[in-house]
Amino acid sequence: MMRLELVKRPQRSMLFSALSPFIAFVLTIIAGAILFALLGVNPLKAFQIYFLEPVSQVWQLHELAIKAAPLILIGVGLSVCYRANIWNIGAEGQFILGGIVGSSVPVLFPQFEGPLVLPLMLLFGMVGGAAYAAIPALLKARFNTNEILTSLMLVYVAQLFLDWLVRGPWRDPKGFNFPQTIQFNDSAILPELMPASGRANWGFVFALVAAVLVWMLMSRMLKGFEVRVLGASPRAGRFAGFGIKRMVFFAFMLSGALAGLAGISEVSGAIGQLQPVISPGYGFAAIIVAFLGRLNPLGIVAAGLVLALTYLGGEAVQSALGISDKVARVFQGMLLFFVLGCDTLIHYRIRLIGLAAPTLEAAPKLEEAR
Amino acid sequence: MSANQDDANLLEVRGLTKTFGTLTACDDIDLTVAKGEIHALLGENGAGKSTLVKMLFGTLEPNSGEIFWNGQAVTITNPGFAKKLGIGMVFQHFSLFEALTAAENIALSLDDGSPISTIAAKARALSYSYGLPLDPQSLVGDLSVGERQRIEIIRCLLQTPQLIILDEPTSVLTPQEADKLFETLERLRSEGKSILYISHRLEEVKRICDRATVLRHGKVVGHCNPRKETAASLARMMVGNDVQAVVRAPAQGIETAQPLLEICALSRKPATPFSIPLRNINLTVRAGEVIGIAGVAGNGQGEFFESVSGEVPQQDAASVRIRGKDAGGLSITGRRLMGAAFVPEERLGHGAAPRMKLSENLLLSRHATDGKVFVGAGGMVKSDAIYAAAQRIIKAMDVRKSAADPEAAALSGGNLQKFIVGRELDRRPSVMVVNQPTWGVDAGAAAHIRQTLIELARSGSAVLVISQDLDELFEISDAIAVMHNGELSKPLPIAEATFEKIGLLMGGAEPGHAEHALETS
Repeated sequence: MMRLELVKRPQRSMLFSALSPFIAFVLTIIAGAILFALLGVNPLKAFQIYFLEPVSQVWQLHELAIKAAPLILIGVGLSVCYRANIWNIGAEGQFILGGIVGSSVPVLFPQFEGPLVLPLMLLFGMVGGAAYAAIPALLKARFNTNEILTSLMLVYVAQLFLDWLVRGPWRDPKGFNFPQTIQFNDSAILPELMPASGRANWGFVFALVAAVLVWMLMSRMLKGFEVRVLGASPRAGRFAGFGIKRMVFFAFMLSGALAGLAGISEVSGAIGQLQPVISPGYGFAAIIVAFLGRLNPLGIVAAGLVLALTYLGGEAVQSALGISDKVARVFQGMLLFFVLGCDTLIHYRIRLIGLAAPTLEAAPKLEEAR
Repeated sequence: MSANQDDANLLEVRGLTKTFGTLTACDDIDLTVAKGEIHALLGENGAGKSTLVKMLFGTLEPNSGEIFWNGQAVTITNPGFAKKLGIGMVFQHFSLFEALTAAENIALSLDDGSPISTIAAKARALSYSYGLPLDPQSLVGDLSVGERQRIEIIRCLLQTPQLIILDEPTSVLTPQEADKLFETLERLRSEGKSILYISHRLEEVKRICDRATVLRHGKVVGHCNPRKETAASLARMMVGNDVQAVVRAPAQGIETAQPLLEICALSRKPATPFSIPLRNINLTVRAGEVIGIAGVAGNGQGEFFESVSGEVPQQDAASVRIRGKDAGGLSITGRRLMGAAFVPEERLGHGAAPRMKLSENLLLSRHATDGKVFVGAGGMVKSDAIYAAAQRIIKAMDVRKSAADPEAAALSGGNLQKFIVGRELDRRPSVMVVNQPTWGVDAGAAAHIRQTLIELARSGSAVLVISQDLDELFEISDAIAVMHNGELSKPLPIAEATFEKIGLLMGGAEPGHAEHALETS
């Protein structure tokens, strides 16, 4: 009989720190192959459609960038929260509020045009996301509520609030009663990067800039050190004179601002108006992105592209093979599951222990002693 | 091996080995405990004593080696089996529920379904017959550490063990409470029970133990009769070489020196139902002196440290004054900027972040005081300057490590403590407050740390040391005050202080009225 034993490593393993996302990816592929086989589809063909075809042409890479931009923006912000051991699960809601508050400019003042409109919208979007994130932060700092619950519950509040807005006060009067706002005027639309080859807009650039800035913050600046200390050992952080309450606000509002920026970029870039649903779950998928990217902003850029591919692949298998695009959610879930599982290897190594040998040795000794 | 030869030995251990990763905590340990003897297991912190007894009690599984109980080979797989064999254990860190009564705590471990009233009656009878009076109905949260230890001992005795393992039992007792414990142990021995007594305190081992097994770095370095050894020879076996004695030149002109740390009428309400309130604490530490604060653990020392360091600021700004200025309302950063430095009790997780490098841990306590050197424009951290400073401290304090800039958790306790103390000394602070400076630190490193604290004081700083180790306080302090139940006695000048006087104060003989208490006692 064999037994697995986890042995704690004296230092965290750099090798497995880097390898773990790749091992997780391979395990996801294997589990995915089984899944496709059970659905009666040739796994090789399915993977070709799922992972390769969506990125085989230039315009498709633009679509990938459109999907990846919000995931990266939100994931980068969440990485700061999670490093600080603060569990913001409500990025989806902050994304929506960013979209709403940013859209207030073109919706309420449709005549207002010019170069100022877009910066103002982006700023409003960030403020909206940050303010919405400040609610769970306040509840945690003031009443010690569990931020996982409050931030998650506020997602549903935000979704219903958006739904009410587009069906009620902000509905386009000339929109044949469709639940949507007016189309934004041209100066409220986020420009495309290279209109000749595809639709990708400036949101992707925002994501890359945010990733680099947050990477600088976390690895080079005192504030990032504060985040890491308070996350890893709160008592040592208090000894250092860092305030945990201030950190709760900082982490929540930073990630809220980035989620809000993602929200308004999505609305003004990819959609062009407010609708009852503006996100296919970016705020939740970004949690996976943050962990798949090892909570490192630069890793998150790569992870964001991978997760964006799972969205595109889901659409592709739906149209090509007739499999529900919910398969994308399954892939995302498996990926997160395996990443968290593989992270065990960073702090532990696995040892195989044969149980058979010692028991055989022990038996004669007992008899001898009698 | 025939069983008959081992008749006199209750417990025999041969070649017991336990490894954790690359560390061999116990390496080929041999040990015999005879019936009716008090056997000492001597060794410094980290020598492998606790690992060994955890294997005997079934909480750890040995990698190799054999255990014989009454001559029978046994595999002790869990504490329940150890209890069935007749092994009882009193841990160093108690495992009691504070919100339950003593009797309820005992009932939980007995696990035989008898009603609490029966257990309470039994416990009461047993406790009085062994001279360890205990009220089974009292809430554990209300009891002193010494009384809590009694619960642990009584609940161990109720299982009528043949071998009782005591892990550092006197580390939480006053000298007088320890005397009482020794009487109980001698009584148990006279009843034919065996005791495995774990300690690093040489005097008490010489006093009550019949035989001793000495461990060093996980290996047995000798078996001896402690009564025939001197404290110095035992220490040499434990440490491996002679420990340099701490040199303390008498402080001069202290009475007129400037007070650098003043604590005036400091009070604090308990933060949790089981923490200790601070009651009207007054203390002055002047330039050039070391003041020691003695006391049994859990009498408010932790709360006192938090209040003085500013981790928990006070309402009354004048309750803590640093270099003649009010500091009570300031945070720990504000107090550091006034010239104070702090070393907390817990090294890992409080004084240092375990998974961060030593250089990062240097930044931890000095990001504000050395802001110009360590942090540049726009909040950018200057890692080169920090790395260089960390190496300077490592060199000055002789910190031994495996890599150039390892994680704090990779260092041994003694070496990490040297770094944490060195990190503060490097600033030349004018006020230094240290909680348990050498707890769990090997003798060589402890002597080094004590010497540096004395030298810091003699160079004109005020040093306040909180410690449970009376020997340490007598070695380094110019005066010793005692904390009991959140109150602080007047400091006794070292020339007048004796173990007995301090011990009485630790037991609660009217703190705050030291002289009066001594007259009546």
